[in-house]
Amino acid sequence: MVSVLPLRIERAVVRRGGARLIGPVDLFLGGGGVTAVIGPNGSGKTTLLRLMHGLVRAAEGRVAWAAPEEAARRARAFVFQRPVMLRRTVAANLSYPLRLAGVPRREAAARAQGTAARLGLEPLMAQRATTLSGGEAQRAALARALIGEPQVLLADEPTASLDGRSTRAVEGHLTEEAARGTRLILATHDMGQARRMADEVVFLLRGRVHETGPAAGFFAAPRTPEAAAFLRGDIVE
Amino acid sequence: MDDLAAGLAAAVRLILTLDDGLVEIAARSLAVSGSATLIACAVGLPLGAALAIRRFAARRAVVAALNALMGLPPVTVGLLVYLLLSRGGPLGVLGLLYTPAAMTLAQVVIVTPLVASVAHQAVRDLWAEYRDLLLAMNARPAQRVLTLLWEARRALLTAALAGFGRALGEVGAIMIVGGNIDGATRVLTTAIALETSRGDFALAMGLGLVLVALSLGVSGAAHWSLGTERRGRW
Repeated sequence: MVSVLPLRIERAVVRRGGARLIGPVDLFLGGGGVTAVIGPNGSGKTTLLRLMHGLVRAAEGRVAWAAPEEAARRARAFVFQRPVMLRRTVAANLSYPLRLAGVPRREAAARAQGTAARLGLEPLMAQRATTLSGGEAQRAALARALIGEPQVLLADEPTASLDGRSTRAVEGHLTEEAARGTRLILATHDMGQARRMADEVVFLLRGRVHETGPAAGFFAAPRTPEAAAFLRGDIVE
Repeated sequence: MDDLAAGLAAAVRLILTLDDGLVEIAARSLAVSGSATLIACAVGLPLGAALAIRRFAARRAVVAALNALMGLPPVTVGLLVYLLLSRGGPLGVLGLLYTPAAMTLAQVVIVTPLVASVAHQAVRDLWAEYRDLLLAMNARPAQRVLTLLWEARRALLTAALAGFGRALGEVGAIMIVGGNIDGATRVLTTAIALETSRGDFALAMGLGLVLVALSLGVSGAAHWSLGTERRGRW
């Protein structure tokens, strides 16, 4: 399988209705590990992840994965902050991406069972997905994203609306997937989570990449006063 | 009260004896309105879904037109279809006038805007909810439409049943293009109109009750077969 990494974002600007949401952004993400995209509310974390996944287009600049776009698109998966479940059983939700990709029903069902087993979702497989609790729904959404065995998983604040127990469970699964070799790009406002999970940090401010670097160095000694203020818990705009 | 009691008695008698004329008329009503509803769904559901998903210059105008067409007077539709199918009309060579096919065509014209409009509204709401998910999962346009139609199946079933009800109860258009010919194009509604004009209220009432029973039966069967309102099905 051709690797879709590294990802190069060059002078990318995203606009909506003429207003600049983020950019110009320059970013290089190599293969392996966990990258935490952090920054104050409104700094553009979600928009940056959506740009990487092609959910929004760059009005200027470019987003270039190492593989052709069609292959790169199939090698990525996205987990949203609020899990959106189809009005079907959990099993049908999990196998849905495979069915879209043309995988036969029986094979898709078998793979869904395997992924569910990995994420502890087996007892929920026959349940209507819309009746799951927040934590269960997010785990199901994560399983659905992982079922296609993506090279890159983009997770946008995946634990933002979860309680501590569910957060721990989701973090555990994400860490496990990263250990299996999935490249994880995680937007989070939770600095504890970023410290626990990240190998690398991208600090966004006012829609631009303000600072990047290894997580240990960033948290120990941020290079910019804004990053230091953000880590202290000061209001940074 | 006498007419009502006599009508009930006539209805029971017609049904219990499986009156040949009644069975033929009811079967034709089902065939014409059922096929019109199926065709309207085949056209209207994807059309409504596509209008909800796709963005193009005239989209709002098309949606507004669809909504307006929901209130099309059936007699006007009947007149238009009559002109289309009459010997001098553009489709006159098909020789469809005064046939069940002409009646079906008229009902398709009446029901399609209703089905498409309800489908558009149902799918539009779901598209707002599922857009990012479907795009994130690389669903192709046709897959998006099919997924949204499936997710909206409850509302769409209601739309289809409403369409079927409108078609089954329609009389103006099919009277014009079908002609109410005994043994050929007579259906329950046109038969009721005829019997009422003849003053045979008992028979008209009996036929009316059969019509209502048919409508309820089809609706109940559709809900039962798709498992609506059963716990956990939706």
